[in-house]
Amino acid sequence: MNDYLKIKESAARKWEALNNSKVPVIYIGMASCGKAAGSPKVLDQIRETLANNNLKAKIIQVGCIGPCYLEPLMDIRLPGMPRISYANVIPALAGRIVESNLLKNDPMPKLAIGYFGDDPKGYAKGIERFFDLPMLKPQVRIVLRNCGFIDPGEIDHYIANEGYDAIFNAFRLGPEGVINEIEKAGLRGRGGAGFPTYRKWRICRESPGKQKCMICNADEGDPGAFMNRSLIEGDPHAVLEGLLIAAYAIGASIGYIYIRAEYPLAIQRLKKAITQMRKYGFLGKNIHRSGFDFDIRIKEGAGAFVCGEETALIGSIEGKRGMPRSRPPFPAVSGLHGMPTIINNVETLGTLPNILREGATWYTQFGTEGNRGTKTFSLVGKIRRAGLIEVPLGMSLRKIIFDIGGGTVKPFKAVQTGGPSGGCLSEEFLDTPVDYESLGAAGSIMGSGGLIVMDEDTCVVDLARYFLNFTQKESCGKCAPCRIGTRHLVEILERITKGDGVAEDLTKLQTLGETIKRGSLCGLGQTAPNPVLTTLKYFRPEYMMHVKDKHCEAAVCRELIEYRVVPGKCTGCQRCVDVCPTGAITGPRSEIHNLDPKKCIKCRACYEICRFDAIAGDAIIIRSKRGAANE
Amino acid sequence: MGKRGAKKKDISNILSGFRDDEGNLIPILQKIQKKLGFISEDSVRQTARYLRISENQIFGVASFYSQFRFNEPGRNSIKVCLGTACHVQGGQILSEAVERDLGILPGQTTEDMRYDYEQVACLGCCALAPVIQINDDIYSRMTVIRLKETMDKYE
Ligand SMILES: Cc1cc2nc3c(=O)[nH]c(=O)nc-3n(C[C@H](O)[C@H](O)[C@H](O)COP(=O)(O)O)c2cc1C
Ligand code: FES
Repeated sequence: MNDYLKIKESAARKWEALNNSKVPVIYIGMASCGKAAGSPKVLDQIRETLANNNLKAKIIQVGCIGPCYLEPLMDIRLPGMPRISYANVIPALAGRIVESNLLKNDPMPKLAIGYFGDDPKGYAKGIERFFDLPMLKPQVRIVLRNCGFIDPGEIDHYIANEGYDAIFNAFRLGPEGVINEIEKAGLRGRGGAGFPTYRKWRICRESPGKQKCMICNADEGDPGAFMNRSLIEGDPHAVLEGLLIAAYAIGASIGYIYIRAEYPLAIQRLKKAITQMRKYGFLGKNIHRSGFDFDIRIKEGAGAFVCGEETALIGSIEGKRGMPRSRPPFPAVSGLHGMPTIINNVETLGTLPNILREGATWYTQFGTEGNRGTKTFSLVGKIRRAGLIEVPLGMSLRKIIFDIGGGTVKPFKAVQTGGPSGGCLSEEFLDTPVDYESLGAAGSIMGSGGLIVMDEDTCVVDLARYFLNFTQKESCGKCAPCRIGTRHLVEILERITKGDGVAEDLTKLQTLGETIKRGSLCGLGQTAPNPVLTTLKYFRPEYMMHVKDKHCEAAVCRELIEYRVVPGKCTGCQRCVDVCPTGAITGPRSEIHNLDPKKCIKCRACYEICRFDAIAGDAIIIRSKRGAANE
Repeated sequence: MGKRGAKKKDISNILSGFRDDEGNLIPILQKIQKKLGFISEDSVRQTARYLRISENQIFGVASFYSQFRFNEPGRNSIKVCLGTACHVQGGQILSEAVERDLGILPGQTTEDMRYDYEQVACLGCCALAPVIQINDDIYSRMTVIRLKETMDKYE
């Protein structure tokens, strides 16, 4: 313990030095979302501005705080002042903001989005507290507490924020004590099914076997969800400490992180963090004289959704095709190479250090009976404030979508929870509390945390077709109900979206869906029909319109829609004529243009250019053909 | 703009970095793909000999995972995201535009080797959908019009 005290002291000094920095500190969000929004160019501009003005500042690259729609985010903290945050910063703006703060002590309140910390001197006058912003205020940040605040490449930052305290608490409690504490906390697996974490740990701990294995599931297969990626990118040590705690509890000496190869930055952060752990004695033999030996290896997944399923994941690590096998035996009894094995999701692991640091009783104050604690969600789709959020379990969908997410621009239509395995819920479910049982009762699932919000411009039949097409392609092919059944579902849905559907198709979808659910071997097939079954149940009229009237109200299904020039609006500016790849739009300048539906390939170029570049702005519309016939 | 470096065909030093244990098949294939840019028939033959398993078994495993490709990549790689968030924001229209512009289908490479093209399920930037990736650069909130300009920047 003594050598660790030294590590802790030096980490605290480093963190203090940053917080009491004599030079300004500039924080820039460099997670994947920030980078995609252009933060590397902003960073170049910051460096250039500093150099041009001969200014000194510390630049810290941080992870994602959550409001991805505000990226690129840049924060500035002058010595003794609060940290001021600026959103949607383009390079030119970044230069001005840096100069204004550093040269003129002017935080440009109109451009700032919020501030962090205390403001005794009134520097942030006219600026709101960041955590009082509508998107942040209803949130409770436990798992994400460090994301955006510490440098994820610095183990000392993690340690200075009480990181790795929890593993020492675990050593004091002993493995049984840890399992009891997690039972008391009521933690359920965050990977999808919500299985009580303590229960499978106990089975594994009690299973005979010289060696046991602890695996972190970072496959994040739900297409459209990125909670696990953000957590690893923003606070890798939280996940690694969780892995250490879990391994200690079940008595595992071998550890794996199974992570998607599509997440190169997260992999890089983990590799660096593991090296730092080793240097500080958190890996290897007799870790900090606890008698506990453990080491971690990273395995890169090769892009198959089904490999997120635990038995398939094990197969994949063993070098085989990632095919699920029937259980029992459960991996907790016989898993990787026959060893008793536990697989936990990234977020489940990221939660563990918080429970063991603050105690189970503290954790149970969040959430509801049977659904304790918080859950992270990626809130995306047709939503105003898209990003990564963390809320107590039991919060209503309405509060998440409207209070946190700011609602939709066009009227709200539906929300999909649980990704391809989940369901599509209509407006009447907005007051459903987000917990495992309530979502299940509504025909959906909690899943890993994807929330896709849809407005009236989204076609739910097209969405069902999209999900089934995805699961059909990802079906491993081992069992017939899933392999053949999902293909049939896709064929029927394609027919309907093309306007070739018949009324009996809806009955077929229903019975086929139910058969696949009952007959499939693993969770993939057992949940694959959910998007069809829920949309059929809650949006039946929309299916009927496609089948009977060949009408897609949302104007999405391409065979059922057309592009039109609105004569009263067109100014004849010819921008659309220039971008049309097939010459479908014609017309001399200043005269109303003509759009030939036979030549139109519905590529959207004219629609975009009219909205962003043309004089009129809304002279080209996309609408259902049936709408035209009714005129 | 990043381009792929010169390729060397020899993979024996990749193989010798691993024990001849079947469990290493996927990491070996990942290393081969990193080096050659794809899984060549020749590399499958050599790997089969090294691990003492059949070529068929290797193709069976490799074709199961979407990460592996079997034809030579172009100088640039374009990936269009068709994850859910990108789908509801029009990702499909972007992929059609790429196909029209390049005249190829997903998994193929243009004849002049300028572009290879793939569809992917989620690049992890869903909040900024629709998203495409060219080489290591990710572009968010993409439109059909900007797509063409962006693609023209890569030679
Ligand atoms: C088709 C399928 C895909 C899955 N994908 C994932 C995934 O990407 N990440 C994950 O953590 N769990 C996934 N799961 C759930 C895992 O099988 C497993 O239940 C989970 O990793 C256990 O961790 P937890 O108890 O911490 O939730 C998937 C399950 C199925 C059936
Ligand atoms: S769905 Fe396209 S980035 Fe996630």
